[in-house]
Amino acid sequence: MKRASDKLVERLLLAVALTTILCLLVIAVFIFKEGLPFIFKVGLGDFLFSSDWRPDSGHYGIFPMIVSSLWITLGGLLVGAPLGMAGAIFLSEFGPPAMMRFVKPAIELLAGIPSVVFGFIGVMVLAPFIRAVAGGPGLSVLAASIVLGVMILPTIMSISIDALASVPQSYREGALALGATKWQAVRMVVLKAASSGLLAGMILGMGRAIGETMAVIMVAGNAVKMPASSLDSARTLTANIALEMGYATGMHRQALFATGIVLFIVIMILNGMAGSILKKRAHL
Amino acid sequence: MSLLFPEGRAGRLCAPAQILAVCVISVIGAACSGREGAVTLAGSTAFQPFAEKLAEEYNDAHPEVNVTVQGGGSALGISAALNGAAQIGMADLVELPADAASLKATIVARDGIAVVVNPVNKVSSLSMVQLKGIYVGNIRDWKDIGGLAGPITVVSRESGSGTRSSFETILGKFDLTRDAIIQDSNGTVRETVANDERSIGYLSYGLVNQKIKAITVDGVECTTELILSGKYPLVRPIYFLTLDKLSPAARGFIDYVLGPAGQASIVADGLLPAK
Repeated sequence: MKRASDKLVERLLLAVALTTILCLLVIAVFIFKEGLPFIFKVGLGDFLFSSDWRPDSGHYGIFPMIVSSLWITLGGLLVGAPLGMAGAIFLSEFGPPAMMRFVKPAIELLAGIPSVVFGFIGVMVLAPFIRAVAGGPGLSVLAASIVLGVMILPTIMSISIDALASVPQSYREGALALGATKWQAVRMVVLKAASSGLLAGMILGMGRAIGETMAVIMVAGNAVKMPASSLDSARTLTANIALEMGYATGMHRQALFATGIVLFIVIMILNGMAGSILKKRAHL
Repeated sequence: MSLLFPEGRAGRLCAPAQILAVCVISVIGAACSGREGAVTLAGSTAFQPFAEKLAEEYNDAHPEVNVTVQGGGSALGISAALNGAAQIGMADLVELPADAASLKATIVARDGIAVVVNPVNKVSSLSMVQLKGIYVGNIRDWKDIGGLAGPITVVSRESGSGTRSSFETILGKFDLTRDAIIQDSNGTVRETVANDERSIGYLSYGLVNQKIKAITVDGVECTTELILSGKYPLVRPIYFLTLDKLSPAARGFIDYVLGPAGQASIVADGLLPAK
């Protein structure tokens, strides 16, 4: 009797698990079905590398948005990665354990703050500050990078903390026994041993940044041009889809799905990279 | 997996969510087609808050009829009316596009488009030619139009916006400067202009407040009287778009909006009456 119910639960769980995979599959098929015909019609080169986005007159070039997405994402990484990793190193190697118990949940709480709140602070505080100090419209690549940098902090920090925690204690003890100072032990042994995990954290943070939409729409200004400096306004791939999907029809709508394909592939590549790095580490 | 849809996406679902909402409505609408009691409106976000209030008032007086209002933008209003997803499509456009030709268009209100700058800006008057120059990108510095030296931050709307399309049509069709910052609602245009001393934007007259300054256009101030008299140039009609065959319930609601009570409510909220 027990075995039968066990089997039932097993089947049920399998079905639920398959549903998630099915969701992914349906989404992928749908995006590609809507977007691929467009790419064939316009041509991959014209779509990816033309800088002219004027859907009203039939121009669909997303190159500025690809550049803006990468620029803002890398900028976010430049802000978030040093902060996140330094924080993780301090908390797990130098800070008292009591501090970790207090700070780590606080950081994880940061991840729960809705992105619209980050965007709001960006609009009300950060953009006017950048405008006053550095010039330009304020709503800019720089503002978006800083906001994203803060938003990806929890991702980078918690994965980095896990990576550092997985370094065996004997490594540290060995280094210290050989006469290394605490910092030398961390820099030369612990960070080396944890490097793949730290890298994976960065890549996952990057994926989070490139997919972020709401906060970026609020602080990047969304101008459809190639940003000339980080003080310029820019539009990311995600912002382009979110801003225009509401009313797009026909070719324009397909173009937005094609934009989604580009985003989908970029995020798949980033996820794949992070996954394979983490897997490699598991084998070590 | 979670990276595919980072949490951030959830905040910004409104446009796709609105499409979804309209789809849902169409399904419900089809299910309820036998009943006369349901009226759905979709479209212009500029008129959405006013339509919601009108719907509420109408529901109070006619509990047997259920009026629901959705946003989505003027372009969506047209397509929703065409494919029957909504019985009434709302659009705030000076010029209805060709694909709306088969629809019956009823003007239910008028709305001025105020050109707004930051209150500290010295400039308080611009001609239509200057305005167009700014939005095309030929005039780039405030000192060229009587202000303090400094680059102009041009703020515009997304291209599906009825406000934007009306604004561009009245000024004479043009390609917006690529430097323009794009905001996706009247409210965010207002916030951007209120926060940036060097910016210029445009938004629905009914939404002007003391955080921003409406400037005169071609020497005409943006006031209710001057908009009503037809002197203020930037005015667009708000349309209800319907198929020829209209359910009695939808007919009743449109009659209410056009009637004295509906028009009075529209005027009380800062819009201009249909006639």
